[in-house]
Amino acid sequence: MPFSLLKYGLNKDYPFEKHADLPAPTALKPSYDVVIIGGGGHGVATAYYLAKYHGITNVAVLEKGYLGGGNTARNTAVIRSNYLTPEGVKFYTESVKLFEGLSNEFDFNIMYSKRGQLTLAHTDAAVRGFRQRAEINKHFGGKTELIDPQQIRELVPMLNMNPGHLPILAGLWHMDGATARHDAVAWGYAKGATGRGVELHQLTEVTDVMVDNGRVSGVNTNRGAVNCGCVVQAVAGHSSLLAAKAGFKMPIISYPLQAMVTQPVKPFLDPLVSSPSLHCYVQQTGRGELVFGGGSDPYPLYNTRSTMDLKESLLAHAIELFPFMANMRLMRQWSGLTDMTSDYSPIMGLSPVENYYLDAGWGTWGFKSTPICGKTMAELVASGGQVPKLIKPFAMDRFKTFEQVNEMGATAASH
Amino acid sequence: MKIMNCPLNGPRNISEFVHGGELREMPDPNLCSDGEWADYVFYHENAVAVVKEWWLHAPSSYWFIAERHTASDEILNTYDPSEIFNQRVEFSLPPKESEA
Repeated sequence: MPFSLLKYGLNKDYPFEKHADLPAPTALKPSYDVVIIGGGGHGVATAYYLAKYHGITNVAVLEKGYLGGGNTARNTAVIRSNYLTPEGVKFYTESVKLFEGLSNEFDFNIMYSKRGQLTLAHTDAAVRGFRQRAEINKHFGGKTELIDPQQIRELVPMLNMNPGHLPILAGLWHMDGATARHDAVAWGYAKGATGRGVELHQLTEVTDVMVDNGRVSGVNTNRGAVNCGCVVQAVAGHSSLLAAKAGFKMPIISYPLQAMVTQPVKPFLDPLVSSPSLHCYVQQTGRGELVFGGGSDPYPLYNTRSTMDLKESLLAHAIELFPFMANMRLMRQWSGLTDMTSDYSPIMGLSPVENYYLDAGWGTWGFKSTPICGKTMAELVASGGQVPKLIKPFAMDRFKTFEQVNEMGATAASH
Repeated sequence: MKIMNCPLNGPRNISEFVHGGELREMPDPNLCSDGEWADYVFYHENAVAVVKEWWLHAPSSYWFIAERHTASDEILNTYDPSEIFNQRVEFSLPPKESEA
């Protein structure tokens, strides 16, 4: 290895270009069968499964920035399926199963690490909710148990069992909980998709959606117009803005979500720990850094700025859980744009525009659903609009028919 | 900390305020269809623009209206709701003539 490195060092050409994971950029073709707007995890996963399972490769993924540069790069990489509703649990359980096999499937390490996720109950109401979630999870094949304070102490010896006025009464121990390298998931899907003939166009922003007689016919971009058979919109926080270009409203409000990471320390925290009552979650990465996240910002905003007040309130709670962290330094902070629905479930499937498919409303639960989302959206596109059974409950129309899928209580940090 | 100008209490830290949602025209709940009501309750423009919003100054329980840009977060104007709402809004149906 050192010799080959030396050879590369002395080489006049940049030798890695030959082995680049992604093909070099090309011109936009005038027409594609499928245009996917948004080159994040969801967009490239949809392209990947379209090519792999359905043989549809005349596909363009249009990304206004760079591959996986939006919320795919900004989430806190939590994978879990311990939701509350049968619809949600079935959906996320499939995603967890797919995540387990992704590194093998890609031949590319996504650093999937199954560590279990522990959610803390500080009130009797939360304990009751956890009991229900544990039973629903077990019913649908997940591994989730309600555990007592002694078991929590054994799992996380460093945890303060009496934070402030909220002593820990019980925990929801979700053994399927895991983490993975979020960037690698997007890269793996992109590599697999482009290797099968899909085109990924970065720095290509959709400026307008062309709709003829209620049917989408193409998109205008900053690099020219493109005709297409159908469109998949997977643009997370900007869903409402793109939908407005296609001519309809969505039941979504966009909020920033802030997160941060500390300096690395010795490994001490194996499971991912979250506390809905204290509005925060903590996990230790493979490098030893601690990642913190909380609820979305208190008011809507299209801006990924960070604020001191949210840091203060979030870290005050995190320090109550792990008091020794008070002396640690923050290394990085960032924020993403979450497209929140009022029932905390996604919006997937058909839209008011024919052949224009929605993958939106991913709020704070987008990363963990990347594989199953790509797979079901690919089925939807390949079948010409037959909504797969797994995602039927997430249709946008549920807000018109008052059939919401309420997952508010099952978010890691209540909002 | 970000400062908001409360029409009642003057400039205050943003942490004292609670966001109450965008101010939109409410369809008549007694006359509109389910679809129109769902549209009013759940569907949003969610645009990048200057929007009128309800805000609450929590310590004094005072509701007012703010005009704010949803990308720059600049608060352009705040004022008392009486500038817009000068009539009583009836939520219940008027009594039928036979009952009156």
